[in-house]
Amino acid sequence: MAEKISITLNINARDYAISVEPRRTLADAVRDDCGLTGTHLGCEHGVCGACTVIVDGKPVRSCLMFAVQADGRPIRTVEGLARGDVLHPLQKVFWENHGLQCGFCTPGFLMLAAGALEAKPDMTEAEIRDVLSSNLCRCTGYQNIIKAVSAAAVEMRTCQPSENC
Amino acid sequence: MSWIGRSLPRYEDPSLLMGRGTYVADLARNTASVKFVRSPVAAGRIVGMELPDGELVFTAADLVDVKPIRPILHRPDYIAVDQPILARDRVMFCGQALAMVVADDQGLAEDLAEQVFADVEADDAIVNFADALADGAGAVHAHAPGNVLVEGKMRSAGLDDAFAIAAEIVSLELRSGRQSAMPLEGRGGVARYDAVSGRVTLYASVQMPHMLRTGIADTLGMPEADLRVIAPDVGGGFGQKMSLFPEYVALVWLARHLKRDLSWIEDRRENFLASAHSRDQAFSVKGAFSKDGILLGIDADLKSNVGAFSCYPVTCGVEPLMALAELPGPYKVKEYGARSRGVTTNTCMMAPYRGVARPMLTLTMERMMDVAAKRLRLDPVEIRRRNLIDTFPHRSPTGLVYDEGSYQEAMEVAVNTLDVPAFRERQAAARAAGRYLGIGFSVFSERTGYGTPAYAARGMGIVPGYEIVTCAMDPSGSVEVRIGSSPHGQGLKTALAQLIADELGIAPSKIKIISGDTDATPYGWGTFASRSMVIAGGASKLAAGKVAVRLRSIAATMMDAKPEDIELEDDLARVIGTNQSLPIPDVARAAYHQSHRFPDAGPGLQDQAIYDPAGTFSNACHACIVEVDIETGGVVIERFVVAEDAGILINPMIVDGQIHGGVAQGVANALYEELIYDETGNLLTASLADYLPPTIAEMPNIEIEHLVTLSDATITKAKGVGEGGTIGAPAAIINAICDALAPFGVEIFEIPATPQRIRDLIRASERNDHG
Amino acid sequence: MKPASFDYYRAANRADAIRLLAEYGDDGKILAGGQSLVAAMNFRLARPNVLIDINDAADLDYLRVEDGTLRIGALTRHARFHDPAEPGPLGALLSKVVHHIAHYPIRQRGTFAGSLSHADPASEWCLVATTLGAEMHIASHDGERTCPAAQFFKGTFTTAIETQDLLAEIRLPVLGNGWRSGFHEFSRRAGDFALAMSLVVLKIEDGVITDARIGVGAVSDRALRLETLEAELIGKAPNEKLFAEIAAAAKAQITPSADIHATSAFRSDLIRTVVKRALMQAAA
Repeated sequence: MAEKISITLNINARDYAISVEPRRTLADAVRDDCGLTGTHLGCEHGVCGACTVIVDGKPVRSCLMFAVQADGRPIRTVEGLARGDVLHPLQKVFWENHGLQCGFCTPGFLMLAAGALEAKPDMTEAEIRDVLSSNLCRCTGYQNIIKAVSAAAVEMRTCQPSENC
Repeated sequence: MSWIGRSLPRYEDPSLLMGRGTYVADLARNTASVKFVRSPVAAGRIVGMELPDGELVFTAADLVDVKPIRPILHRPDYIAVDQPILARDRVMFCGQALAMVVADDQGLAEDLAEQVFADVEADDAIVNFADALADGAGAVHAHAPGNVLVEGKMRSAGLDDAFAIAAEIVSLELRSGRQSAMPLEGRGGVARYDAVSGRVTLYASVQMPHMLRTGIADTLGMPEADLRVIAPDVGGGFGQKMSLFPEYVALVWLARHLKRDLSWIEDRRENFLASAHSRDQAFSVKGAFSKDGILLGIDADLKSNVGAFSCYPVTCGVEPLMALAELPGPYKVKEYGARSRGVTTNTCMMAPYRGVARPMLTLTMERMMDVAAKRLRLDPVEIRRRNLIDTFPHRSPTGLVYDEGSYQEAMEVAVNTLDVPAFRERQAAARAAGRYLGIGFSVFSERTGYGTPAYAARGMGIVPGYEIVTCAMDPSGSVEVRIGSSPHGQGLKTALAQLIADELGIAPSKIKIISGDTDATPYGWGTFASRSMVIAGGASKLAAGKVAVRLRSIAATMMDAKPEDIELEDDLARVIGTNQSLPIPDVARAAYHQSHRFPDAGPGLQDQAIYDPAGTFSNACHACIVEVDIETGGVVIERFVVAEDAGILINPMIVDGQIHGGVAQGVANALYEELIYDETGNLLTASLADYLPPTIAEMPNIEIEHLVTLSDATITKAKGVGEGGTIGAPAAIINAICDALAPFGVEIFEIPATPQRIRDLIRASERNDHG
Repeated sequence: MKPASFDYYRAANRADAIRLLAEYGDDGKILAGGQSLVAAMNFRLARPNVLIDINDAADLDYLRVEDGTLRIGALTRHARFHDPAEPGPLGALLSKVVHHIAHYPIRQRGTFAGSLSHADPASEWCLVATTLGAEMHIASHDGERTCPAAQFFKGTFTTAIETQDLLAEIRLPVLGNGWRSGFHEFSRRAGDFALAMSLVVLKIEDGVITDARIGVGAVSDRALRLETLEAELIGKAPNEKLFAEIAAAAKAQITPSADIHATSAFRSDLIRTVVKRALMQAAA
């Protein structure tokens, strides 16, 4: 067992000072050391995407990064999407369009879509589909997820920053 | 105004969307981690175990007082087998748990597990039907020398005559690959030990919490009261989470033994190796047709690979016996003979997966219809028209009674939606340009919501089926409904709230559904077999109806009216035809706090009801258009239509979601997913790099048309809809591929129809043409 | 699925990485994007004792054209190629190919050099490097050396990189005007590893092919360049019949590998298809 290293994870604009072995993945650190269990683990080999979080503004698999690599970098997880109880546009459209069933993959899809839409707000439906093909959902058949994300893209383009975008 | 029929957004969603759901792994903080050491070989004798000193490592030798899991069918053709909690003398499949270790976190537990060495004298593994059923084959279980654990048979008197007079006999050999239900969340349990009471609370990602408690308590020889099972948010199940697994027994044993809080969170590799598999069936079927295309008789030999053990509680009879009973599907065939066997092998245990036998038997019947149509020069739609059941109730040759449905009508809706004549023109033009389009149909019945009679008929030792629901309106007018069913993500709570709201005249937002906690809910059977909306829904309606009777009685007394003149609507108890009314919360408060005024009704507003229906048949037609790339064997689904009749839709949005997800798993079955064992019984597809569920890029847009047949088979007039998507899709897709490849004479009888398999068939046909 | 324990060192820059490799390289591995390595570590199929993380080495994260070559630093991530890396045919080629590499979040972390170092036979970047004749610049405390792609790939997951080496930079020849590219890949699902793929670049002048490269990937232990078939294209006008013949010859030339996803016979069929389609696309 390697020695633990003290690091600070900045998650949703809050610092978490933790001490972890180098082998601790970011996903495990976020869940177990920081207690933010909204990020889920579905495969731990980078395929399913349930653990997707945003690091340095980009959606990444948190099971394929070590926590020590994220020391001091801005991390965003599903818990940081809503402002208090006001849902983020993506959360709202997933709700309205029945874009989730069991909800296990949902945080990963939300962070994937949030990161991609922030980088490129005017994605075409084909581009959205390409991005969303990164993650697996076992319940919805994806139809309502694509509907939801396409609707969110419009909403995120048109609403003002003050309106929680 | 009714709440039934509205696409109400789900009450379940806000917490799930905000990352505030509670799945079992979220409850594992501050627990020690359990890791199972699993067999690297499929079959063999355990000669010895090398264990690290001074560590928390346990083997079968530590579990001497723990009984094995032994599911029972009361049938003379059933051989019961024992599943040990940890392998004792022999290993039976690759991935079977041999030992368990406990450490402070999962990484350390894995480190420790690597220090356990099992010395296993490997035997030749029996992996497939050929191995298991060969003359002189070894026995997976010594007391079952032929490797057949269950064998159902039936034969109608006129079967031979039907074949004797047939104008055309269609013989088919069909194969289904092995699949995993693969919920995105694997299995897992967190066991919390209470030092004062000695009681264990087991949080587990399961579909049947009460059954899990019974199974664990029986196996450990403990009172059920000393165990509480809670199913928190469940990340999908699809059948994989309805069986009693050894890991849960071991976890509770360990928590009691060590008096510690423990967690076991399955990883994806374990989920593939050792949770439960499904399908892996071989159907050999003959159909006798008249020259007009009337199906006169079916003669079938059906084999289901059940793996190394029998699943508890439904047993390894679930696949073969359902196949036996339901093969004729939606067709009015008169003569029927079949033998259906459950064959044991050194592979992971099989358990129900969305659809059970029906994806395969639908594929069988629908391929048979298309092949017969071709031979008899009939249109594929026309041959179905001539054979689909159209008078109700319909009694199948296996004795099943089908309630009212819309088999013919659903097919016509699908046919019209795809505009078959226009498609045929487009298909011809495309072929001329070297592109291969095809259209395929699949008509099927989906038996849903069946109660105890259906399970008793199978001879099950544990007969599930009923649901008990309690409904209580509190003094503030809010309602708590406790159900024995236990959702795994399908939105059951929202749909039940809508149903109950109509009974009680209040908004569904005031209704809280409590499920999944053995301390807080009546004994019940959980969620499987498209039963929850029908049976838990029926019991909820009845229980809420009883509370409504009390409400009306009390309101009548309060307003000096007759109970039959009181209607409950819009949060009011109203005297019909007057403007006299009382807010329902006022009536509720009086029921509790002024009960002396209502001697007839008595105090309080709670009641209980039981529902145990015989069952009902949903029906649907799936139809699709595909394009096949003849050079690569790749298939693109261009359009996919579902014409579905599930009776009254309580929440159409949720119903559509069930169909979407079901079709995705059907697409997976048809084209993508396959668990592959090598000849030694080693699983080659134990990761998501090798097991291939469809992504959004592979899924077509699904066009849904609803038909609504009102059947008296259920008291809500709602039928089950959880499995239909998965049942119908493979046959429609395979038929469409064969239609596309008609110029090559390619016929497909094996799923998944991977590009390689399709390309192999095309290549063989090209060779034939040239040689 | 938690990785085995390891020691972790973070390289601040290129020189630091080389220093750490000299000290710990025999026991360890470079951690760049980690998108293959960490997955393998989670399965405990890979268990390095030491990881040398180069993600802070900003001087390894670059993409620039210099002296007629596109220079790709060790930390340059796949996503940098989503938009053309340079305005000519090479930039267009790379941004066409990059969309076939795994998925969007993987492309945000994974690196070009990491793909080459990993040397998966189904890697798109390995096919690009082989087909275009990339030049690898390998650095260690002993100095720097260059290695052409043809000598770099030794087999499945095996390259010319030694334990103390850093694949510091890859140089791809910039393609001038007149060059066009075609890329075709067949995989089971979007983003999956290819079962067969082909990259073709053609220089077409006055309706005649004057130069050509044909590469085939995912069908053997490393990407293949079909130089004899390239020669057969020279001086000919692009047409479907010619391309069909070249594709059939490619199929005849290669005895493909087999695995659970594709038999050799199936891959053989796919070779003809991907080569033909890549040729057609390049000439279109």
